[in-house]
Amino acid sequence: MSNEANMHGHAEVITHHDVHHDEHHVHHHKETFITKYIFSQDHKTIGKQFLITGIVWAIIGGLFSVLFRLQLGFPEQTFPILETFFGKWAAGGVIQPEFYYALVTIHGTVLVFFVLTAGLSGTFANLLIPLQIGARDMASPFLNMLSYWFFFIASVIMFSSLFVHTGPASGGWTVYPPLSALHQAGQGSKIGMDLWLISMAMFIVSSLLGGLNYIATILNMRTKGMSMTRMPLTMWAILFTAILGVLSFPVLLSGAILLLFDRNLGTSFYLSDIYVAGQILPNEGGSAILFQHLFWFLGHPEVYIILLPAMGMVSEILSVNSRKPIFGYMAMVGSLFAICILAFLVWAHHMFVTGLNPFLGAFFVLLTLLIAVPSAIKVFNWLTTLWRGNIRFTPATLFAIGFVSLFISGGLTGLFLGNSTIDIHLHDTKFVVAHFHIVMGVASMFGMHAGIYHWFPKMFGRFLNHTLGYIHFWITMVGAYLIFWPMHYEGLAGVPRRYLDLREWHSFNKFDDLNKMITVVSIIVFAAQLMFVFNFFYSIFKGRKVRTPNPWGSNTLEWTTPINPGHGNWPGEIPEVHRWAYDYAKDGREFIPQTEPIGPNESTDH
Amino acid sequence: MQTTFIILILLLGFLITFQIAKASEYVAVMRGEEKSRKQTNKINAFLLLVFLILGLIGVYYCNEKYGGKILQFGSAASDHGHDVDNMLKITLVITGIVFVITQIILFWFAYKYQESDNRKAYFYPHNNKLEVLWTAVPAIVLTVMVGFGLYYWFRITGEAPANAMQVEITGSQFKWEFRYPGKDKVLGKKYFKAIKEDENNPLGQLWEDSTNKDDIYATGEDLHLVVNKPVRLIINAKDVIHDVGLSHFRLKMDAVPGTPTTMWFTPTKTTAQMKKELDDPDFVYEISCDQMCGAGHYKMRGTIVVESQEEFDFWMAKQKPKFYLAHPEKDPEAMKAKADSSNTNAAVVPQKK
Repeated sequence: MSNEANMHGHAEVITHHDVHHDEHHVHHHKETFITKYIFSQDHKTIGKQFLITGIVWAIIGGLFSVLFRLQLGFPEQTFPILETFFGKWAAGGVIQPEFYYALVTIHGTVLVFFVLTAGLSGTFANLLIPLQIGARDMASPFLNMLSYWFFFIASVIMFSSLFVHTGPASGGWTVYPPLSALHQAGQGSKIGMDLWLISMAMFIVSSLLGGLNYIATILNMRTKGMSMTRMPLTMWAILFTAILGVLSFPVLLSGAILLLFDRNLGTSFYLSDIYVAGQILPNEGGSAILFQHLFWFLGHPEVYIILLPAMGMVSEILSVNSRKPIFGYMAMVGSLFAICILAFLVWAHHMFVTGLNPFLGAFFVLLTLLIAVPSAIKVFNWLTTLWRGNIRFTPATLFAIGFVSLFISGGLTGLFLGNSTIDIHLHDTKFVVAHFHIVMGVASMFGMHAGIYHWFPKMFGRFLNHTLGYIHFWITMVGAYLIFWPMHYEGLAGVPRRYLDLREWHSFNKFDDLNKMITVVSIIVFAAQLMFVFNFFYSIFKGRKVRTPNPWGSNTLEWTTPINPGHGNWPGEIPEVHRWAYDYAKDGREFIPQTEPIGPNESTDH
Repeated sequence: MQTTFIILILLLGFLITFQIAKASEYVAVMRGEEKSRKQTNKINAFLLLVFLILGLIGVYYCNEKYGGKILQFGSAASDHGHDVDNMLKITLVITGIVFVITQIILFWFAYKYQESDNRKAYFYPHNNKLEVLWTAVPAIVLTVMVGFGLYYWFRITGEAPANAMQVEITGSQFKWEFRYPGKDKVLGKKYFKAIKEDENNPLGQLWEDSTNKDDIYATGEDLHLVVNKPVRLIINAKDVIHDVGLSHFRLKMDAVPGTPTTMWFTPTKTTAQMKKELDDPDFVYEISCDQMCGAGHYKMRGTIVVESQEEFDFWMAKQKPKFYLAHPEKDPEAMKAKADSSNTNAAVVPQKK
């Protein structure tokens, strides 16, 4: 009790009865194991459920990438062990093309949707919204629970598709028809594709239930004094993410349902003039490009659905750990808003070479490059936040700095691809793979790691092992650049993506050593992630205990709850908020929690 | 065996790392957590600086190593390719400068402003002048990039010149088929329901359209183009979406079933010239499928030969229109050859639509 109080200086946030021991039971109805851990309506538990499910999928998705990298790095070699595990899919120890494409497809789908959407937004929106705005729970805890369980159903369906005898979907994560619409077009276009679509439909339902809840909670349930402009940037980021999701996911749902109709009910939304596998199909009048419009109308905002929460968490973590306010709070909110609007207006930049009207293409070039402006504002604001700070390099800080570095690198290559002239050449090459992995995949993953290291003490009342955290960071950081930086060169040489063997190609077969290096590094990086997963589960039970409610010296409300908050978060009254979240280093004080009233002599700068 | 060995080594490495990590936690507790935290802080700040320096060296090294393997600027084999290369160069210079400066600032700040007992963080919540500065400068730079980009974009996607040669290219799992318009310079009409591969009509040409009668069909061999003569490709797909990727010409266009697309350019170097220029006797222009199209996507390869007008005419003179293959009874040469042999295997007249 006493060491808590002197860590703080503001003991008023700690009510008397909440620091004696770790177990807190805000007195609710009796909870059984099932209501507490399985069908829980507590936002914190739901957040953890999303996180752990996301981790499971990340392992699967990561493992798949290791498998297809084996093929890419060592196309001439055989791996008998693969045949032992995968049978006909790796006949003779060689990954078969259908298997390769299934791996690529599921890797993409799982990482984009299940890990970086559900695992990222689902985890941190659920965990942080009520804690940071000062609410007891979500607007609708029940819908929130359903959101997780729809995600769970989606996961089960997707997982089961891995085991059907024709294999899972294998047309790439974008599942463009007609390839995905015609059963005759390949193994992966059979039952696996139906399962993919149904799984995605379930996933979209989950995402909508979650998103509506996040928006309603942030708008309506802020505690007294918590005006919108006093919210931490994580909240703004999650709010915009949820809005993006709610407005764009339904479009993908409609696209997926039309595709299901085309596949199974004989409609022709996407099909016309098709002669496949020696058979003339009756469909006429559909447009294959329509699906791409529907897909990318979600698909592009989806990139920001993945990226914005990471940006929000990085802003928060950089500010807390440089012991300085985030620079340009309003500009940060404004740029999030600008990105959110522009995200809806750029989808056709994925379609410059589909025969899109060039005049229309010109607008998409303009709007796409326009996104670089709010992105640049964010980067410069992060840099200025570090300037003259007093930076503590926790693993979370390092991952946040890594995020900024990757976001710069990957964002700049976006200026190549967003420019239609260059896109003609680089479209669907390895350059694209390198670009989006750095800026969206790895960067968001860094944001997610930063968030996990930073809020793990809030989730489980224990710390992750920091030494393992540092090793994890350095291997991942170095590995990410080693894997994806040289890949740009392959793209500049015109090497198309989704090629599993370049040996027959005179123009492309000169990157053997590079592909081998990338494969070896990706195995090491994957091993480092497994180490992190081990650290995660080990630390839940055996990690160093958190002894003070506010271990990072942070201003935000989640650190005013007990170390292990029960359902309802604050045992007493919900605290009132008197200031914004970023009064660090103000008036010579290291940090001033949001709950502290403005002092009589306090300077008014801000 | 080898695999098991590698897995064992990984496991062992992991166990050791974990033990060290756990021990470091105990050591930290014994030595005072605050002290050891400050030490790790210093180490990580230093490592960030090392990462910056090694990273920039790595970027340079990577360029030395692989810069020669990409398609060199100015080596584009088409007029449009030069436009693409120019745009690429402009973008590379601008983004290169921004990349180096921002990365240096990021890691230098991180190193310089690492936690120290002698420093207090500086309360600096906003500065509108700075915000305006870094809104306006990127906006201006981007305007320049958009301006150049659109200038080239409209040049590339504009109307093909009237004298452009037309060639039709059709993708299907997993091959490319070509059709030349023949002497009348008009490609005959076709309809997908007329496709009959076993009756010499793989594209569904409508034989009642007389412009079809001299159309030349080819597959599994080079696509023939004439140097310095504009060519307009009419791009089709039969089954799923494919993409005509021409990396040496820096061009690409999807082949969409049901929606023909076009792309035009002027090849500026013959295959023979490229062989000499690249000092590569095996050089060949390749057509890569750049849109995921199924299990054989990665080997959906076509080839192009760019040659002089004389060579092209010589080659063209040897080609026989598909119409005569589908209707041998109407082929004047075949009729002559078959004049004395009894014509038992009469050609089947294709179903007309």
